[in-house]
Amino acid sequence: MISWREVVVSFDGVTVVGPVTLTVGDGEWVGLIGPNGAGKSTLLKAAVGIVAHQGSIDLGGRERRAGVDIAWMPQRPLLPDEMTVVNYVLLGRTPHLGYLGSERSHDLASVGRAIERLALVELSDRPLSTLSGGEAQRAVLARALAQEAPVLLLDEPTSSLDIGHALEVLEILDELRGLEALTVVTALHDLTLAGRFADRLVLLDKGKVVSDGSASEVLTEDNLIPSYGAGIRVVTNGDGPTVIPTRRQSDRSSPPTD
Amino acid sequence: MAAAVLVVVALAGLLVGSVALPPMEVIKAIADRLPLVTVEHALSEIETRLLFELRMPRVVIGGLVGAVLAVAGAGYQGVFRNPLADPYLLGVAAGAGLGATAVIGLGAGSAAIPLVAFVGGIAAVGATYALSRTVGGRTTTTLILAGVAVAAFATAFQTFLLQRNYETLREVYSWILGRLVTVGWSEVWTLVPYAVAAATVLVLMRRLLDVLGLGDEEAAGLGVDVMRVRRLVVLAATLATAAAVSVSGLIAFVGIIVPHTIRLLTGWSYRVIIPLSLVYGASFLILADLGARTVVAPGELPIGVVTAFLGAPFFLLVLRSMRGSS
Repeated sequence: MISWREVVVSFDGVTVVGPVTLTVGDGEWVGLIGPNGAGKSTLLKAAVGIVAHQGSIDLGGRERRAGVDIAWMPQRPLLPDEMTVVNYVLLGRTPHLGYLGSERSHDLASVGRAIERLALVELSDRPLSTLSGGEAQRAVLARALAQEAPVLLLDEPTSSLDIGHALEVLEILDELRGLEALTVVTALHDLTLAGRFADRLVLLDKGKVVSDGSASEVLTEDNLIPSYGAGIRVVTNGDGPTVIPTRRQSDRSSPPTD
Repeated sequence: MAAAVLVVVALAGLLVGSVALPPMEVIKAIADRLPLVTVEHALSEIETRLLFELRMPRVVIGGLVGAVLAVAGAGYQGVFRNPLADPYLLGVAAGAGLGATAVIGLGAGSAAIPLVAFVGGIAAVGATYALSRTVGGRTTTTLILAGVAVAAFATAFQTFLLQRNYETLREVYSWILGRLVTVGWSEVWTLVPYAVAAATVLVLMRRLLDVLGLGDEEAAGLGVDVMRVRRLVVLAATLATAAAVSVSGLIAFVGIIVPHTIRLLTGWSYRVIIPLSLVYGASFLILADLGARTVVAPGELPIGVVTAFLGAPFFLLVLRSMRGSS
């Protein structure tokens, strides 16, 4: 599990996040949602330890170690073009090696497992630059998985993917969560997708938690319109709530003239 | 394979010159010098002295300088995430050169040269990095332009020092162009401790250089203290450059040509690039020195001229390929 307690993040004396208190249980998947600038990425980065914060972030009372306890996947990972998939995934073992250590057989074994789990075996000797968007995203997930951290924080893991590949990545993630008993926190822009996959949604706005609960509790027009503005409809069917963007009446009635 | 290339190149460096030496006899003579081995050889007294007191120290120093310049280049490229970072282009060599000129100009002992060159080099790379950050982020262009500015400043200051101490002009000038002319083994022993220390640090850090390739945030997310690694690598690479510059002057482009060729042939990982840079850097400079002393024989070209002849077009090729990929 992972807990943010009274966490406040400020840049140049201006508070951008907080205070936020939030606990994600063992094996739970929480989706952070909210408009741009709501503080989703910042909360994740604070947990990783790359953004200074006040308050405490711990793993159920236990102190967290960078990289060992928390694996983080940034929104736009830097992929060195010429590096092969296997060398890239190998970097996920860094937190376990110390500065001067080198990989042992069990490190290579966990890299092999991660590559297998994400169906990258065939691609393992290919340079990263030759991968498609979906394959690259799987490589990044494999690297995070090779860290073998109990907590996985993913910042927009599907932002560069089409809907088919987005679903594929999220399905893989859900499967891995079951297999490895991972605690997962994702920041996601796509509200409907977030609701389909996460056990619980947390809606952030202007750095504060506005709503916290199941998809059907959080994804309501009453919750979303104040944060995102008008133009949102929520339709619920058998799969759960679906968020539909709508246009203003005036836009619809006046076709473009130029 | 890399080691075989080095052995062949080093042997060529020993055999070729104004007096050609017979290969088998040279090998026997070298074997004879090994502890507990006695081998008869047919080299004359003069040939033996030529081999062991002139050619061999020259080949060894060429190899050492080439190795440390190449590995320093690879180190800078890793920490700056920039394939064009090079001791020469970052202004490090000019800074080290300024330091060395100051020592020669002031008539201080030559033992102080590597240390003062190191201070000059560190100041230069610090200035280059700080300038490129304040001017506009960390693109390749700003880093190289900042390096050009710092190198120009250091060179101007160096020229000023030379004008004030013109009696040392000739000595410093031949040194600026880069040269491997040695007076025997003393320069080898000046270089060895610095080269070994710097190369050891860089070899140990090779895995972390791969991690830095992910960007500062991700590297920190993997538990790496990015600033600490960057500082250590820059210190080691600058120490290597300063030591090389203080014995051989300014030899440009080795730090780009060698690591970049290895990268093209073997892929991206610094685990491979760093150790291979040492070996191929040594081979490259011994070969360049062979060129420097045979092309216009019996005269001799400054080795810096040879590497620049090869390096400048290569630099443009790298620049072109970078534009193609971005």
